[in-house]
Amino acid sequence: MTDIVSLAQYALSPKQEAPAAPQTKGLVLVDLTPRARTSHLSAAWQVWRGRLLRVGSPLAILLVWQIASGFGFVAPEVLPSPLDIIAAFRELIAMGDLQSALPVSLYRSLSGLAIGGTIGLTIGLFAGLWRVGEEIFDAPLQMLRTIPFIALVPLFITWFGIDESAKIVVIVAATIFPMYLNTYAGVRGVDPKLTEAAKVFGLDARQTTLHVILPTALPSILLGLRYAAGVALLALVVAEQINARSGIGYILNNANMNQRSDIIVAGIIVYAVLGIATDLVMRVIERIALPWRPKLALA
Amino acid sequence: MPLPDQRASFARPAAPAAVLLKDVSRSFADRAVLDQINLTIRPGEFVAVLGPSGTGKTTLLRLLAGLDQVDAGSIIVPAVRSVVFQEPRLVPAKRVWENVVLGRRGAAARARAGTALTEVGLAGHADAWPSTLSGGEAQRVALARALVREPGLLLLDEPFAALDALTRIKMHDLVLQLWQRHHPAVVLVTHDVDEAILLADRILVLSNGAIGVELPVGLSKPRDRADPLFAALRAQLLAELGVGASTAAH
Repeated sequence: MTDIVSLAQYALSPKQEAPAAPQTKGLVLVDLTPRARTSHLSAAWQVWRGRLLRVGSPLAILLVWQIASGFGFVAPEVLPSPLDIIAAFRELIAMGDLQSALPVSLYRSLSGLAIGGTIGLTIGLFAGLWRVGEEIFDAPLQMLRTIPFIALVPLFITWFGIDESAKIVVIVAATIFPMYLNTYAGVRGVDPKLTEAAKVFGLDARQTTLHVILPTALPSILLGLRYAAGVALLALVVAEQINARSGIGYILNNANMNQRSDIIVAGIIVYAVLGIATDLVMRVIERIALPWRPKLALA
Repeated sequence: MPLPDQRASFARPAAPAAVLLKDVSRSFADRAVLDQINLTIRPGEFVAVLGPSGTGKTTLLRLLAGLDQVDAGSIIVPAVRSVVFQEPRLVPAKRVWENVVLGRRGAAARARAGTALTEVGLAGHADAWPSTLSGGEAQRVALARALVREPGLLLLDEPFAALDALTRIKMHDLVLQLWQRHHPAVVLVTHDVDEAILLADRILVLSNGAIGVELPVGLSKPRDRADPLFAALRAQLLAELGVGASTAAH
């Protein structure tokens, strides 16, 4: 009891000498009073430091890379310097290789994504909305999706040969599953309380689907599209290893045979830029299609 | 589509009841939640259903809404029914006005939604997204959505339970106003004895799957909690619910 009384006094008058007892027994107190706030100047500095470091650290890596290559620490055939890669890009553009390769590769991935995405969306809606659809499609698709699509490439070559259709089929096979899984999960994930409310207010099955289920499942469907777009690019890289006579994969294969590591790295960078561009496009689509979602902080 | 002249058809002497339940039973896993219930509700009558948890209040409401089916007995209800659930149940991807006239589009639907939203004091929020509304506002939208269909029977499933005390008082006034204007039969399921006495013409207390007590509330609306009759009714109902007067006094 005396401990508590002395503690109360301690809490009321912090400047008073702390009794020895509280540290060893009874309540343990912590000081939550905020310490002196950081000044505006240092707050501004912290913001600027964040920005500078974000831009500065990749630049520093490039600089170290360039210096290491320039002093011959890294052999150019192992890893060419950043300036060599820029020169390789200039060469590719001057020869017209990049301009002719990009549309070919884009056509492959986009047509594969369109076909695979449509199939995945259709089956996903069918399985999500109708139990019979789930009974027919869910088990086989869940089994097939565990197969890495890359493992199917040799099979597709024997089926479809090594021309254009084989490449697009690889992309189609890769994009069906993310689209199916997210569409199905999105439709099934709609809160039954919402569909129950729709039933009370006399909406029929078609109206409930159009006005309640699909709008509510749209975020998940778009997430599936975003995954599928990413996978389409991955599948493009794999597909273009199959006897490519055009496209970015052709540039890479050619460079490989000619031991041009600068052009190989340039080709890899083109794939990376395509990946970033895909993600940006998908984000814009999501923003436009889902105006009701609270805006999350975007990088 | 709601029938345009729903209330008029009930006013005819041929249809003296809006709700007619005869020997209605419903059981879940061999437990009789409702056991041979008989209930008649007049058109425009406001009935409150009280009872401890698990006494079949929600089951009764779901049967009346047509969301559940009786095991035995007959149940007759108006063709157009609306429910205000405990949570607003608004479609997050639809604007407020689209939620009010859910399933319908066009300028006419929009105008009807506007009228209904004006009635609940939310005319300015027609184009807002549900996620931007407060709990009380969302529940008012749910009320507008229920009334826009001109229901013959309005079912309220503890619609104010999740609201703060001050908002709840405003909602009670709003519900009374709307009921007086549209005059549907109302079944209000609630835990709140005061709420039941404030709003209802008749109070049912469910216990063990049966209607234990039926009390008409003879006070004129709007009602005053300080009225001695109010206090007497409250004491009586609390005793029915197994809560002594001493424990009930806050």
